Amino acid sequence: MSQADVTRQGLRGKRPDREAAPGVNVARRWRGRRRAEQPVVPPAEFTSYYGKPILNPPTWQSPDIPGYLFLGGLAGGSSLLAAGADLTGRPVLAKVAKSGAAAAAALSIAALVHDLGRPGRFINMMRVFKVTSPMSVGSWLLGAYVPAAGVAAVTALTGRLPRIGAAATASAALLGPGVASYTAALISDTAVPAWHDGYPEMPFVFTGSGMMAAGGLGLLTGLLPGARPGETEPARNLALLGAVMEAAAFERMERRIGMVAEPYREGRGGKYVKAGKALAALGVAGAVLSRPGRVAAAVSGAALLAASVTTRWGIFHAGLASAGDPRYIVIPQRQRLNERARGDDA
Amino acid sequence: MSANGKRTVTWLPEIRTGGFRGALYGDTDPADLGGYPDHPPRMGFFTDTSVCIGCKACEVACKEWNGVPEDGLNLLGMSYDNTGGLGTDTWRHVAFIEQRKPLALQDAGVSHEGTDVLALAAEGSGTAPEQAAMTPTTRGPATQGGPGDQFRWLMASDVCKHCTHAACLDVCPTGALFRTEFGTVVVQEDICNGCGYCVPACPYGVIDQRKEDGRVWKCTLCYDRLGDGMEPACAKACPTDSIQFGPLDELRERADARLAQLHQAGVADAQLYGRDPDDGVGGDGAFFLLLDEPEVYGLPPDPVVTTRDIPSMWRHVGAAAAVMAAGAVAAFAAALGGQR
Repeated sequence: MSQADVTRQGLRGKRPDREAAPGVNVARRWRGRRRAEQPVVPPAEFTSYYGKPILNPPTWQSPDIPGYLFLGGLAGGSSLLAAGADLTGRPVLAKVAKSGAAAAAALSIAALVHDLGRPGRFINMMRVFKVTSPMSVGSWLLGAYVPAAGVAAVTALTGRLPRIGAAATASAALLGPGVASYTAALISDTAVPAWHDGYPEMPFVFTGSGMMAAGGLGLLTGLLPGARPGETEPARNLALLGAVMEAAAFERMERRIGMVAEPYREGRGGKYVKAGKALAALGVAGAVLSRPGRVAAAVSGAALLAASVTTRWGIFHAGLASAGDPRYIVIPQRQRLNERARGDDA
Repeated sequence: MSANGKRTVTWLPEIRTGGFRGALYGDTDPADLGGYPDHPPRMGFFTDTSVCIGCKACEVACKEWNGVPEDGLNLLGMSYDNTGGLGTDTWRHVAFIEQRKPLALQDAGVSHEGTDVLALAAEGSGTAPEQAAMTPTTRGPATQGGPGDQFRWLMASDVCKHCTHAACLDVCPTGALFRTEFGTVVVQEDICNGCGYCVPACPYGVIDQRKEDGRVWKCTLCYDRLGDGMEPACAKACPTDSIQFGPLDELRERADARLAQLHQAGVADAQLYGRDPDDGVGGDGAFFLLLDEPEVYGLPPDPVVTTRDIPSMWRHVGAAAAVMAAGAVAAFAAALGGQR
């Protein structure tokens, strides 16, 4: 401003302020020659701002959230097992499954509330219902499921109010698959590449993992007094089905999402996923070969439970790793833009 | 589906989601969608980084007006950026990028490469008349391709984008995040329970949780000032009008004109970011003119609101739940066969 002269014709030498084009002011005389050969920036492969992450990392803590992912699957699967055990006359399996479901449900609520920044305000989850927020849907789902699972367990253990117990068992079994699967939408409905990109397969990984965990817990039933031969047979079947489903869906997801699957193979997440696969293989082999040995079956069951736990931890940590590395954001998005640009040219 | 860039998953029957256009993605008026029948025009920021001088007045003004706490006095070794990035206690962040690239036709005008200073010195006070005007700040001939010509310093003030389709708002389970009548996105701090879902949902890494208090915080586009017809603190403080505030329609027009002007001047790299209402977030309420690719400034090159895929996510969840129930039935049926 100080360089402008006030003349009768107005300001002379006034600076262009926000109309200024970078550099143009100085080297005006070169403009004619340079316009023909504008600066060419070679197409960048990967650049970032000092290597800093683009996303803010999830504030969710371990063990609260990966633990919750596991417990939700265990509870949902156990409620199915409990209802089936009631219908097919397997009282010991029913008791174990109902207790397992109720304990897992109660623990998962505790984990969720503990993970809140303001635990005292957990009830605000019930202010609204939003289908775009899996956490909102899940809060309402848990609001119905947890009392049902609790009543089912208490009535089974005390032997009182059998009709109410049956209704609660049926309700919990009806809601169980939802409880086990919605958590996949919960983590996929984020910008975290390893979670979001895997959204089509993630629910199958989660329900498979839940079936495996619930079946694993059911296999432990064989150790209890009063368990008939064949009491744990459905649990074994459920665990095997779940293990196969989890492995197949996981494999499919890893292949489909390309480089974004790296955190599932490398680093902390990769270690957990590998351990989960090994434990699942061990558990499956044990469950198949141990028939009808009770102790060996129970050990296999424990391995399958542990497999479900480690897989959830692996998925959680892989997500954190993919959110913390700008490569997983920039490279796929850049590819998408390049493909779109090529499509427009064609 | 593919026309708007939406990825389709082929191994489940595709249900038409055309009805979600506008609600979940694509161009729309967010205040209309938010349930304001009669609302003021959508307000936003156009941040023209080509005139940013990196003074950080926006950062300071924002902190002062909004009472945002101090978040560490650090030296980060990232040029003049000692702020780092947007977060719970940084609602405006000025990025500094040093590059070995010519800034269009920039010439600092102080190059004396053709001048033999020793010879000048040897002449003593008897400087030849044609060189008498030579001082270190006298403009020399414009150089091309010399080292002085191969440096540029980019500065850009980043802020919450106030997306047309805001993932943070979509995933908030308490309704603490809401859409204002100005089309902006604001957190109600008396409702937020710190679940943290919005943090990984934001494709730009804007919103974050304040550890000491558990709740999430971000730019409000000075909602309290807007209500009184005042411009946000950062725009008010910006000495070069790099941050321009106004009705979004007007800002988009102004940005288009500015882009054309820069292209005309030979700044071929200049591009608008977040301007397009058909992009992955339905266009940003706060958009930018950049002089390089977005990722250079720490911005995602093609952000997509995660909830665009929510219908498909729920379909897959439903299918997986059904498979699980069927699996349980099969597990008992198989055991029945084994018992006989």
